[in-house]
Amino acid sequence: MTQTEISTTSAPEAVPAHAPTAQWKWWQYFTFNTDHKVIGIQYLVTSFIFYLIGGALATAIRTELATPAPNLVTPETYNGLLTLHGTVMIFLWIVPAGAGLANFLIPLMIGARDMAFPKLNAVAFWMIPPSGLLLVLSFFLESPQAGWTSYPPLSLMTGKVGEGLWIFSLLISGTSSILGGLNFLTTILRMRVPSMKLNDMPLFCWAMLATSGLILIGTPVLAGALILLAFDLLAGTAFFNPTGGGDPVVYQHMFWFYSHPAVYIMVLPLFGVISEVIPVHARKPIFGYQAIAYSSLAISFLGLIVWAHHMFTSGTPAWLRMFFMITTMIIAVPTGIKIFGWLATLWGGKIALNSPMLFALGFIAVFVIGGISGVMLASVPFDIHVHDTYFVVAHLHYVLFGGSVFGIYAAIYHWFPKITGRMMNEPLGIVHFVLTFVGMNLTFMPMHELGLLGMNRRVALYDPRFTTLNQVATVGAYVLAVSTLPFLFNAVWSWMKGEKASENPWRALTLEWQTSSPPEIENFEVLPVLTTGPYDYGMNHHSESMAETTAAATGSS
Amino acid sequence: MNIPSQILTLLAGIALTLISLWYGQNHGLMPVQASDDAVAVDGLFNAMMTVSMGIFLLVQGVLIFSIFKFRRRAGDETDGPPIEGNVLLEIVWTAIPVVIVLVISVYSFDVYKSMGGFDPEASDDPGLVQVAMMPDSESNAAFNTASDTASAPLINAPRHHHHHSVALGIGASPETANKPADVTVNVLGMQYAWIFSYPESGITSGELHIPVDKDVKLTLKAQDVIHAFWLPEFRLKQDTIPGQDSELRFVPRRVGDYPIVCAELCGAYHGGMVSRLYVQTQEDYDQWVQSQVALKDSQESAKTSTVASLDAIADPTPNMGDRATTSPDPIRQQISQKFGIDDSLLNQVQPATPTTATPTTATPATATPTTAPLSAMHS
Repeated sequence: MTQTEISTTSAPEAVPAHAPTAQWKWWQYFTFNTDHKVIGIQYLVTSFIFYLIGGALATAIRTELATPAPNLVTPETYNGLLTLHGTVMIFLWIVPAGAGLANFLIPLMIGARDMAFPKLNAVAFWMIPPSGLLLVLSFFLESPQAGWTSYPPLSLMTGKVGEGLWIFSLLISGTSSILGGLNFLTTILRMRVPSMKLNDMPLFCWAMLATSGLILIGTPVLAGALILLAFDLLAGTAFFNPTGGGDPVVYQHMFWFYSHPAVYIMVLPLFGVISEVIPVHARKPIFGYQAIAYSSLAISFLGLIVWAHHMFTSGTPAWLRMFFMITTMIIAVPTGIKIFGWLATLWGGKIALNSPMLFALGFIAVFVIGGISGVMLASVPFDIHVHDTYFVVAHLHYVLFGGSVFGIYAAIYHWFPKITGRMMNEPLGIVHFVLTFVGMNLTFMPMHELGLLGMNRRVALYDPRFTTLNQVATVGAYVLAVSTLPFLFNAVWSWMKGEKASENPWRALTLEWQTSSPPEIENFEVLPVLTTGPYDYGMNHHSESMAETTAAATGSS
Repeated sequence: MNIPSQILTLLAGIALTLISLWYGQNHGLMPVQASDDAVAVDGLFNAMMTVSMGIFLLVQGVLIFSIFKFRRRAGDETDGPPIEGNVLLEIVWTAIPVVIVLVISVYSFDVYKSMGGFDPEASDDPGLVQVAMMPDSESNAAFNTASDTASAPLINAPRHHHHHSVALGIGASPETANKPADVTVNVLGMQYAWIFSYPESGITSGELHIPVDKDVKLTLKAQDVIHAFWLPEFRLKQDTIPGQDSELRFVPRRVGDYPIVCAELCGAYHGGMVSRLYVQTQEDYDQWVQSQVALKDSQESAKTSTVASLDAIADPTPNMGDRATTSPDPIRQQISQKFGIDDSLLNQVQPATPTTATPTTATPATATPTTAPLSAMHS
């Protein structure tokens, strides 16, 4: 990337100086605050609480599956557990956690003082708690039991209260997601410092650009499907209800038109995170900036035309199966570009094996397994065998746990010093990584074999010949449950008592590191001017300007 | 130094290729192959496993090698070489995956075609095509009877002739595309049982019997919610969708009994919706059909005495009287019909004391919270 420099005189926003140490009081983090950093932290903390709830549900599911008999909870409760587990993890953990990272990072990365629509931003966040409370409430009133996919006619027959709460919860969180996407898109396109062209943006911003496009195109279709489903459920219409002439397959099309792109909504931001973390801790420029940036857009576009691969054994005629098979397979190409780009970035670097980097490397190691099984699942004849089996459960968790959750952890360890002004404890971080990596593979690797051998998903009782592999998975799930403890302790303890972080402890080049830790209320005392590209590590002609911008940081470390 | 490293790279490449080729054939992850379709799908799976193993080893190998070789030594504050990309390399790692996925797509297309995925009968309205393709009046009559008896008990029977012009699933393989199937069985999925009816002999059963090496066609319907009819050993699965017909057509090649699994979440007792498929020699199959016909005749005569008590239970689904099962016990039969539970499973759960209590107590999952109901799975 070329170095971009502009003279200070052409910077129009020579704003009046703010109090350099202006910080929010603790209680202001619990209010309708319009600062993007506060909102980012609100998103991250709230979604992490829901992650713990979703994890507790998962632990209950795996405990039930430790034996082939359905002897822990009633079958109705079990279906409630799996429905809420999926819904909570997707709509209240990964999607809002991505939004939280985007909220905190985008304005800092592009040199803006806030998001484009700060009040809308706060509104978007404050829709998450009621959405989550409705779901938690449903668990105690009457669980929705039709899975997170909620296919009719089953979803119209398992109880109006639970299903109704589920629909309204998703409508609220979907609206929140749309508002967030609109804000990210506008902010990235309109609020960059004048010296930053699109191709000077950090790759996380490219990833969020692609993600926001998907959110804005996909989520309204989900909202439409849910509203029609609500009419069928509550008003007795028959959009999807076959007994009244409706077509349940139309719901599947509308649902997956959003919910497949939702996978990319959940994983693209973390692709962006990995593209940020790896160059910093490998001390090398990202390999193939433009290829990685544009591959996000390619994934975003292709992600919109693959949805029916979730319906190969459903109401999908032959030619449509072939079309969606080919488009789905092609997604492997831009995804491969990213993975190979990251590997080439590592090659020849100076790799620091600290917590953020371990999670980033772990991300590559496990995500590639989910990517490979994804290509397999795209193959129609093979998918006919494994659709709705544990092979799919394994695949989706390698993508969403191995991908998204590892990515979120990498992000938290990487930006924790910027967010809180304190460093996280390194040994605890390594313990957390090892437990997570081992637990993850122990839990989900055996599921591949279970699915291939004949175990269907979403069952509380199963054929006893599958017992051993299920018990391995259950042990893995307990390891995963335990793995959150060192993280929780580390995060809370470090936030209060951790070693103070310098402005730029990782000697990174992106703009968020060129302000105080944590950043003051309007981010920058004086809006920054780009003197280097975001990943210009090891470039001699930058060493002097680098020395200026990060003198304090490198000097102290 | 340069030459040894190149040789090492070459050796690593050869090792990677050999491991991938070996693993692709010897993963042992698939159940037995009970049909030609299973052989074809496994060939495809093995090829994908070979390529996958290669990519997996390549990525993990580079990752692990980099972690050891390029890790930052203590005190080293310098940066790595400022390499920003390599157009040739990027073209190569874009082009190779393109070729791989296109080859897999073509191979998948080929397997899908050989299984019968493009059979026009399975891809169009079976009623219309059937009439056009079967001039033989006897088969035609048999089909009509079949469709009449099968759709009669459905809640949404009129939708059999709905505007959907597409039936779904896996049809005849290209070799048998223009011939009628040797055996046709109508499959009805309901919460939580599979009901199999044989239009030729008029029998109805809770388990599926088919003769080996014969062209078998299953027409799939759903009564209440979406189910998915899965035969793992045959690598075949198709959703049964209320209001839409679908089919699976295949040739069983291996005598034995196999699980039939519902793969689509269909309600609380989805996990208990299992049945058995018995692939039998023609003689055994004929014998079974004879015994079922005899059983059915005896049931017909017994029915008059039980039908009153059946009707006494408020029945949510009409015409349940037609859902005869294999159970000779009228009370168990009554429960299985009332609550839609696989009768063979019910045998294991409620051997002696059937009650007319609520659905929860009559279901396999809660009635005996032990491993007892699972013996019904014949593991």
